[in-house]
Amino acid sequence: MVEAKKVEYWRWPETAWVNPDIGWRKGKFVTAGVDVGSVSSQAVVMVDGQLYAYSNTRTGSDSPDSAWKCINMALEKSDLKVDNIDYCIGTGYGRVNVPMAQQTITEIACHARGANFMYGPEIRTVMDMGGQDCKAIRCDDRGKVLKFMMNDKCAAGTGRGMEVFADLIRVPVWEIGPRSFQVDKEPEMISSTCVVFAKSEVVGLLQEGRPENEIMAAYCAAMAHRIAELLNRLGVEDKFAITGGIAKNEGVVKRLEKELGVKTVETGWHDPNMRDKGLPFDTQIAGGIGAALFANAMLERGKVKSARKA
Amino acid sequence: MIVAGIDVGGKNVHAIIAKNGTILAKAEAPSGIKKAEAAEQLYEEVLKQAGLKREDVARVVATGSSGQRVTFADGVIPDAAADARGVIKLIPSARTVIDVGAEEGRAIKVSPEGKVLDFAINEKCAAGTGTFVDTMARALEMPVEEMAKLSLQSTRSIPMNAQCAVFGESEVVSLIHQKMPKHDIARAVHDAIAGRISSVARIVGLEDDIVMVGGVAKNVGFVESLRRDIGAGVKVPDDPEYIGALGAAAAAAAGVLEEKVEAKVVEKEVVEEGEA
Repeated sequence: MVEAKKVEYWRWPETAWVNPDIGWRKGKFVTAGVDVGSVSSQAVVMVDGQLYAYSNTRTGSDSPDSAWKCINMALEKSDLKVDNIDYCIGTGYGRVNVPMAQQTITEIACHARGANFMYGPEIRTVMDMGGQDCKAIRCDDRGKVLKFMMNDKCAAGTGRGMEVFADLIRVPVWEIGPRSFQVDKEPEMISSTCVVFAKSEVVGLLQEGRPENEIMAAYCAAMAHRIAELLNRLGVEDKFAITGGIAKNEGVVKRLEKELGVKTVETGWHDPNMRDKGLPFDTQIAGGIGAALFANAMLERGKVKSARKA
Repeated sequence: MIVAGIDVGGKNVHAIIAKNGTILAKAEAPSGIKKAEAAEQLYEEVLKQAGLKREDVARVVATGSSGQRVTFADGVIPDAAADARGVIKLIPSARTVIDVGAEEGRAIKVSPEGKVLDFAINEKCAAGTGTFVDTMARALEMPVEEMAKLSLQSTRSIPMNAQCAVFGESEVVSLIHQKMPKHDIARAVHDAIAGRISSVARIVGLEDDIVMVGGVAKNVGFVESLRRDIGAGVKVPDDPEYIGALGAAAAAAAGVLEEKVEAKVVEKEVVEEGEA
């Protein structure tokens, strides 16, 4: 995307949070997971497997700096330094560019483990939509991956697909979900699978004078349908959880639930009270959580030694 | 007998008026959102160019993705049929036609009589269509023609991983940030789309002579990349973007007002499966 615009409708706000109830110095192991994706990057810090701090940031065009940016942002309001971390695992598309990590683990494994932490051991199916991919994962009660399906070649059904749409209709991406339900009746979904062709279809609808909310409903429905296809190929087993940015878009989530006939596990994201408390978690940090938990497990079992520098 | 052929595509409309096998006039214009009106207006223009009135034209055949919208057409034939007829008229030795327009890429096996023997089309994915080229040119911040010429200066191929116009755009921006020379990026763009097109073409088989038509055939960078991929003998006729209209006019002359063609629609398999 050529960055010449003044207003950027896709630009969701970056977040960071530090747990006020944990004193990291009292913990045995401080571990970190850094998930560098092609669109967003997250850093998660845990103390003995408890969530201590996290950040959710935009990956810049120069990705080697993204890892430093997100870990520094996570620790900004804490006195914990990167050198105090016992073990750090990098994950995500850009995991080779996480200089502070001692090793890397694939994001499929990390997302399943993270979803298990966020939603509980009853989770058997996870759908994670990243910036440029969509994964459907079946896991066991410990968050171990049993099988998965992933699309990372086609923008349809990925975060970029939604961002491109937000830019086109000039509506901030976080408003699309709620507004898509402010319609008199549910419209037909956008027929083009391809994001580029869907854009032309949307332009046509706008010129026809269709209400924007209806167009948003049509687009969310098309995206939900695409995700449902992937999930049905894999097979959805209860309980089902959604992680990643798309979990914040109720326009897609609710329509996906309807098409699958399965309800997703509740998150705290939609609860305004939780938001004021700084959120127990942001749905985009699943990969980082999984990575930090793997690091903790490896230290606990003596598989690796602490890399703490201070 | 005077006939007319109108090709109403996703991006442009092309019209040809012909008499006894000779082109009297041709014209093109953007098709915009209101395709029927664009077709009307262009028909008026091409008639004026030929110095003719509607009554002078014996038959009008339309084609293109919006061919059915042409209210004044006597018949409508599918793009593949129009391409086959049009190419055989210009290059009788043609046996494989590759037609890449704004919104689709198709490959046609043609008989010496200009009939469609086999036909594969990608119309679901923008990569492998002219839209991909347009999008990348925007990312490189230059007109398509400039990007095409620039690509010819490249002497090496850098890998372009994205198989998607949306991801490809991000990849191009990233390559620019990495200070990759623009001529190498331009070539990578054309190589990528040529690769997608050649895999559609291989479905119908690559039998000589292979002829490239449609708007993207005017892209010198793309033609170069395609020749590298499937062979230096690929021919490009003059005015390749008019082939559809020419074929429609040929159908009108032959009294063919409809034609059935079976398409093999190419689905892009994008899902990776695995266990842990």
